[in-house]
Amino acid sequence: MATIKNLQQQLELINHNPDADCDRELSGCYIGDLLSWVMAHAFSGCVWITIMSNINVAAVASLTDAACVIMAEGVQPDQDLLDRVKRDDIALFTSPLSVYEIAIKVHDVLNA
Amino acid sequence: MDKIHLQYNVDGEDFTLAGEASSDVRRVLRKLGFDGDTIRRAAICMYEGEINMVIHASGGVIDVYIDPDSIEIIMADTGPGIADIEKAWQEGYTTASQTVRDLGFGAGMGLPNMKRYSDFIDIETELGKGTTVKMIIKTRS
Ligand SMILES: Nc1ncnc2c1ncn2[C@@H]1O[C@H](COP(=O)(O)OP(=O)(O)OP(=O)(O)O)[C@@H](O)[C@H]1O
Ligand SMILES: [Mg+2]
Repeated sequence: MATIKNLQQQLELINHNPDADCDRELSGCYIGDLLSWVMAHAFSGCVWITIMSNINVAAVASLTDAACVIMAEGVQPDQDLLDRVKRDDIALFTSPLSVYEIAIKVHDVLNA
Repeated sequence: MDKIHLQYNVDGEDFTLAGEASSDVRRVLRKLGFDGDTIRRAAICMYEGEINMVIHASGGVIDVYIDPDSIEIIMADTGPGIADIEKAWQEGYTTASQTVRDLGFGAGMGLPNMKRYSDFIDIETELGKGTTVKMIIKTRS
């Protein structure tokens, strides 16, 4: 099964929390920006792709037990969010690619 | 196990603290050995309620009572109250401001999520006085 590390390498993601555990296996992918919606539909072990960048991203990621978060389209995390993902051991990445391009690549990694 | 009581004051001004109380309850439930599904449901219900207190009601008090077979969450605020509770229950209904929407809130999914993930939910609200949300999450083993 693919891990966060595989994903990071294949997508050339920028890692914003080098201390996070990147050996965790991935169970699928969820895409969304409306936090309550994501809260209802994201699932344990998923890769969550979003363009949200504020501190609430950390709470949603940990409550849904997402494996990692990818912030797409070149969006950069707020300082609050950076501090929180470090405190809570959440893997957070950024990518200049569009949500669509990332989704295709995530699909390839999950099915490799 | 005796009933455990936890209490949190939710600051309505501070968005950076939103979600802290639910994260703490999640930690406690984990330590007590509750199963993953129960923890997830309780944490989601509490997070949605906590955020509502912050974005719609400028804060409040949360009491959590933990039993081996159920978690009871009581969230009381002295905010504006809910004008039309029938509408508020509907998926997609929101009165969230643009500022709050820019943060990713305002899908109108908070109350539907709380209903979906709790085993019991009751809301008492009075315009100009405030809102109290009571939820019970039962373990399913
Ligand atoms: N504690 C509260 N005090 C006052 N109004 C509330 C409270 N909780 C909910 N509401 C009202 O009910 C509406 C629906 O709440 P709900 O949580 O379902 O959606 P939301 O908070 O607007 O968006 P989301 O939860 O998806 O971010 C809110 O927009 C608001 O008008
Ligand atoms: Mg809400």
